[in-house]
Amino acid sequence: MAGLDRRKLVAVAVLLVLACALPFVIGNYRVFQATLVLAYAIALLGLNMLTGYNGQISLGHGAFYAIGAYTAAILMDKLGLPYWATIPISGAVCFVVGFLFGLPALRLEGLYLALATFALGVAMPQILKHEGLAHWTGGSQGVVIVKPDAPEWTGLSQDQWLYFFTLAWVVVFFVVAWNLLRGRIGRAMVAIRDQPIAAQAMGVNTSLVKSLTFGVSALYTGAAGALGAIAVQFVAPDSFNIFLSLTLLIGVVIGGLASISGAFFGAIFIQFIPNIADQISKAAPWAIYGIVLIAFMYMMPTGIAGFLRLARARLARRARP
Amino acid sequence: MDLFLHQILAGLATGGIYASVALALVMIYQATHLVNFAQGEMAMFATYLAWALLQAGVPYWGAFAITVASAFVLGVALERIVIRPVENSPILVIVIVFIALLVIFNSVAGWIFSYTIKPFPSPFPAQPLFGNSYVSSHELGSTAITLVVLLLLFVFFRFTPLGLAMRAAAQNPVSSRLVGIRVGWMLALGWGLAAAIGAVAGMMVAPTVFLEPNMMGGVLLYAFAGALLGGIDSPGGAVLGGFIVGVLENVVGAYVGTELKLTLALVVIVGVLVVRPSGMFGRVNVVRV
Repeated sequence: MAGLDRRKLVAVAVLLVLACALPFVIGNYRVFQATLVLAYAIALLGLNMLTGYNGQISLGHGAFYAIGAYTAAILMDKLGLPYWATIPISGAVCFVVGFLFGLPALRLEGLYLALATFALGVAMPQILKHEGLAHWTGGSQGVVIVKPDAPEWTGLSQDQWLYFFTLAWVVVFFVVAWNLLRGRIGRAMVAIRDQPIAAQAMGVNTSLVKSLTFGVSALYTGAAGALGAIAVQFVAPDSFNIFLSLTLLIGVVIGGLASISGAFFGAIFIQFIPNIADQISKAAPWAIYGIVLIAFMYMMPTGIAGFLRLARARLARRARP
Repeated sequence: MDLFLHQILAGLATGGIYASVALALVMIYQATHLVNFAQGEMAMFATYLAWALLQAGVPYWGAFAITVASAFVLGVALERIVIRPVENSPILVIVIVFIALLVIFNSVAGWIFSYTIKPFPSPFPAQPLFGNSYVSSHELGSTAITLVVLLLLFVFFRFTPLGLAMRAAAQNPVSSRLVGIRVGWMLALGWGLAAAIGAVAGMMVAPTVFLEPNMMGGVLLYAFAGALLGGIDSPGGAVLGGFIVGVLENVVGAYVGTELKLTLALVVIVGVLVVRPSGMFGRVNVVRV
């Protein structure tokens, strides 16, 4: 991997080793939570491509997460496909849906796009509950998924196996994203965000890149939804309400816009901060959550990744007088 | 035919509520070019305040006035204390702060007043006015109040020096500052007005949907749809858009089924954005390269 200096490579390798060791030192419930963090990280990476790199705000990515989750559930429950085969299919379905939604969204910018996607996010649970689809989606009851067993030779528990399965997908998705964003397409995406007219003048096919970004972003989020659904073993319309979409956007901004590592910080934030808020105040946990959010935005407007980058730069400056 | 007529009239009444929330959204949009996602929850919180006052024995219109006034103060305070520090941040940071406000208001309301559904009184008599059988007097009364609020706003913006200053601050902040308008305070005033309008809308909607922390969720979405339909920078258009969405919602609910009501809002929003992004009465923004 050209462009990744040795220090970073070592850091990534160390993190990967730690990630592999993690499920052997914590309990099964914590492993399950860690699996969800990994799934969220993929979703956040997808949304970050769209919002952070391409500058299109989406308040409805929970809808794509839901579509991915439902695709996986239906494939496993109704068609009897093995769990590992559902991830690429869910991703592909979401890519098509995202690309198609991205076409009308091309005409919209900033706020208007945010509103259109917001409406998508709000309407999703209702669409999933609709009678016409109830045969497939199970209506408001949802669909129950059987938790996959680990292959015998591994000797792992179900939760541990699922964790490693998700981790493998994380590695695949992050390597692909890293290459995509550093390359020609990534530069085109950033150029469209910063100077759409100049980008067009330079020969970037803005409408194609924008709708493709929408599609790829939906693909990531959809695959994450499928992984999350397998981990939770259950999909129901009401778990994919508008708060999921808002949570994903919160994760992206808290983690750090236009930053790959930010996806992990954001995922940890959205998985654990609500729990912590719940411990601080049983009566009004979401009020604590909101205050934490505002505090983060005041202190780190560029997100955790941006804050770390700044802190590192400041330390480096101080180190050499 | 009778049913159809009734649906349209009832739709106009709910449309009145959407129109007032849409109006509040447009107010903040005009002043700051931001859409306040917390608008609905602010209105809900103000309605709880009114409920608490009524419980304490304050007469209805007294509680009404106190609530509108405190919502105004709350709106101004929010702008000065919470929004101002992030004023010049990227738009996403501000959006996150709005979302944070939304969950804070929702949670605090649930904490103070509990999540149980409460009935909220209507100021209008229970029997229909003028002996008609189509529309209840609450529906008629709340529509009238919406129209009065719109008229007051129009007069305020069109004929008072303060209204002129607010319009100027929104349109061209730099030049306004040069002629001595305190732009920061105009923004705060805009927030206060929007919060007050939201409070009126909340008190008008509460008798029909009942008072609970999540009561404004659907209303906010329809208000968005209405504001977009009419044109997000046109107060009159937003009101008309709100009425149209209300009628559409009721007619679709009656003839197609209630479970797709929210999806209708999605269809309206996407449809408007694709066919005519500036809405019916909005200005088309031309950007110079």
